[in-house]
Amino acid sequence: MYEVLKVEKLADQIYRMNVKAPRVSKRCQPGQFIIAKIDEVGERVPLTICDYDREEETVTIVFQSIGSSTMRMAALKDGDYFQDFIGPLGCASEFIEEDLEELKKKKILFIGGGVGTAPVYPQVKWMKECGIDVDVIIGAKNKDMLILEDMMQKVAGNLYVTTDDGSYGRSGMVTQVLKDLVEKDGKEYDVCVSIGPMIMMKFVCLLTKELDIPTVVSMNPIMVDGTGMCGACRLTVGDEVKFACVDGPEFDGHLVNFDEAMKRQQLYKTAEGRANLKLQEGSTHHGGCGQCGGDE
Amino acid sequence: MANVLNKVPVREQDAKVRATNFEEVCYGYNLKEAMEESSRCLNCKKAKCIEGCPVAINIPEFIQAVNAGNIEAAYQRISKSSALPAVCGRVCPQESQCEGLCIRGRKGEPVSIGKLERFVADWALENGIKPTPAKEKNGKKVAVIGSGPAGLTCAGDLARLGYDVTIFEALHEAGGVLIYGIPEFRLPKDKIVATEIENIKSLGVKIETNVIVGKSMTIDELMDEEGFLAVFIASGAGLPKFMGIPGENANGVFSANEYLTRNNLMKAYKNYDTPITAGKKVAVVGGGNVAMDAARTALRLGAETHIVYRRSEAELPARIEEIHHAKEEGIIFDLLTNPTEILADDNGWVKGMKCVKMELGEPDESGRRCPQVIKNSEFEMELDTVIMSLGTSPNPLISSTTKGIETNRRQCIIADGANGKTTKEGVYAGGDVVSGAATVILAMGAGKAAAKGIDEYLNGK
Repeated sequence: MYEVLKVEKLADQIYRMNVKAPRVSKRCQPGQFIIAKIDEVGERVPLTICDYDREEETVTIVFQSIGSSTMRMAALKDGDYFQDFIGPLGCASEFIEEDLEELKKKKILFIGGGVGTAPVYPQVKWMKECGIDVDVIIGAKNKDMLILEDMMQKVAGNLYVTTDDGSYGRSGMVTQVLKDLVEKDGKEYDVCVSIGPMIMMKFVCLLTKELDIPTVVSMNPIMVDGTGMCGACRLTVGDEVKFACVDGPEFDGHLVNFDEAMKRQQLYKTAEGRANLKLQEGSTHHGGCGQCGGDE
Repeated sequence: MANVLNKVPVREQDAKVRATNFEEVCYGYNLKEAMEESSRCLNCKKAKCIEGCPVAINIPEFIQAVNAGNIEAAYQRISKSSALPAVCGRVCPQESQCEGLCIRGRKGEPVSIGKLERFVADWALENGIKPTPAKEKNGKKVAVIGSGPAGLTCAGDLARLGYDVTIFEALHEAGGVLIYGIPEFRLPKDKIVATEIENIKSLGVKIETNVIVGKSMTIDELMDEEGFLAVFIASGAGLPKFMGIPGENANGVFSANEYLTRNNLMKAYKNYDTPITAGKKVAVVGGGNVAMDAARTALRLGAETHIVYRRSEAELPARIEEIHHAKEEGIIFDLLTNPTEILADDNGWVKGMKCVKMELGEPDESGRRCPQVIKNSEFEMELDTVIMSLGTSPNPLISSTTKGIETNRRQCIIADGANGKTTKEGVYAGGDVVSGAATVILAMGAGKAAAKGIDEYLNGK
């Protein structure tokens, strides 16, 4: 059993939890993920790690309540327990292994969209701890759905906040901000790390390809075991079939077949289920979460 | 008295009824039937059946105990050699092992050793008979990675010798393939697997779930920081193979591992949160036990189900009993058939599969006749689900994170069959991670050999 030490609601249906998980906290690195299973009947839910504290032996996760298991997870209070908390899984971000002096010479941009802002955080924090200032763009549908701005402010070199509807920060998609930074402000980047809804990552990659900026994306497809056993998370990267759980979750975004990946996200989504979700999510529903399969 | 040439028939759930539920197919013997069957054993002095058993159970001795009506003695006799008798009685390929060598079988049917083993083990489970634990603990710590048949057997044997054994399991539940792979209708999880695992725990074995060795910690850390003197790697062959044909990433194409894990481990059939798409018309590609399990699962979830296999019936690698059961239940066998492409609709969902007809040519190196494509035989099957059951290979998570462990080109860890020794001191391996995908009982045999090897190694220290 894994104790939930602190629960915080960040936005409508988005929650942050600190979970006591000694073995995971000891070994995890930015870019890796965990699997949480709330109880006997719960799904194994893969979640990218948002933060960790090796002293306190805690791991922080951020998730959106969209299915039966995550909705029950959202009801957890301080002092409740996850039945299972498994990890760390997947590979750490590649820059962890890079020569620090070389890394320091690079101009790095991070882009986080929606809940995808959470897994961007530990990477930016890692950079800060290594003395590297990076640019960060975070985007959300609107002001209410924006998460982790304060935390990100503390670790980012420059932080650019945007909302789709212009209710806070800049106005427009993260791709617009990137375009402005490069074309209007004359910024140059050697590498971009983009994490968010698949549709967002797809369009970021289309743009960065045009701008000639190598781009890393973090894929979060459907998976069961998370250890390479089931193959549910397979995706096409270049000419190869990769398993996101063991080969990723981070891949060269310019090689990922996003259209196929987005189709695969819909595997367990029926028309009825999507309609239901739209009803539940109300104003927050925009079909771009990469989870519901979007509106057709 | 039945005809001595034939086995006492075993009672089974009616094929039509069981095709719609997940209850166990075979009911097993009762005491009367078991005693009657046991009387068929010739109690051979030089018992061939023992040679056929990978864990060398003294089969005539336990059968004689059954014949005398002393089932507890029969159980203690079996449990000296096997940690999982209720499992083995159900899933061993007896026809190619013990029963295949039974002298009775030379004229008529062999003694039904598997069904007798199952009867004895079930009787012991029902009557709360436990295996006998070690009299003295030696306090020496051994880590076992993986809680499948090889890991459980090795852990059980070492605990009986007095070792302080901890099993690390990557999934949230112990049992490995017994839990995620083999379906409920063949191997009941709560009644049989969980109870067998409790028995092993009663010997003093600790099981820590949710630990992925290679990710949560390395083998070196287990030995250097956590004080384990030896490690047994029994992480199985978990990586599914795909065919590499076009369309394999379409929605509705699953590995048998995924399909079975959703249903068995995650209990999708019981309305747990994890979904499974049942499919209306399903093709399972492959002819092994896992293919039969996947096909019979899809059938129970309501699908018309086909086995698509490129060789003929004689070459099907599955146990005869499984093929027989599958046919009875209404699985359609499309033999000498090989897929070439999976067809998807505009939304990326499977709508069919292109196949070619095959014929058998000359035997290849493995002795099996090599299937060859018949020219102009291409045809399409209309389907909504395809399950790939083409075998599995070992997960490289451990070998790739441990210096000094050598693997072969199939990613299998190289280990000495006699004692499980790998190329790294103090580290042993066995089961599918060494052999590639094989059977429960062969994995148990490897677990036994490694327990002996580890005991010799630690005694010499």
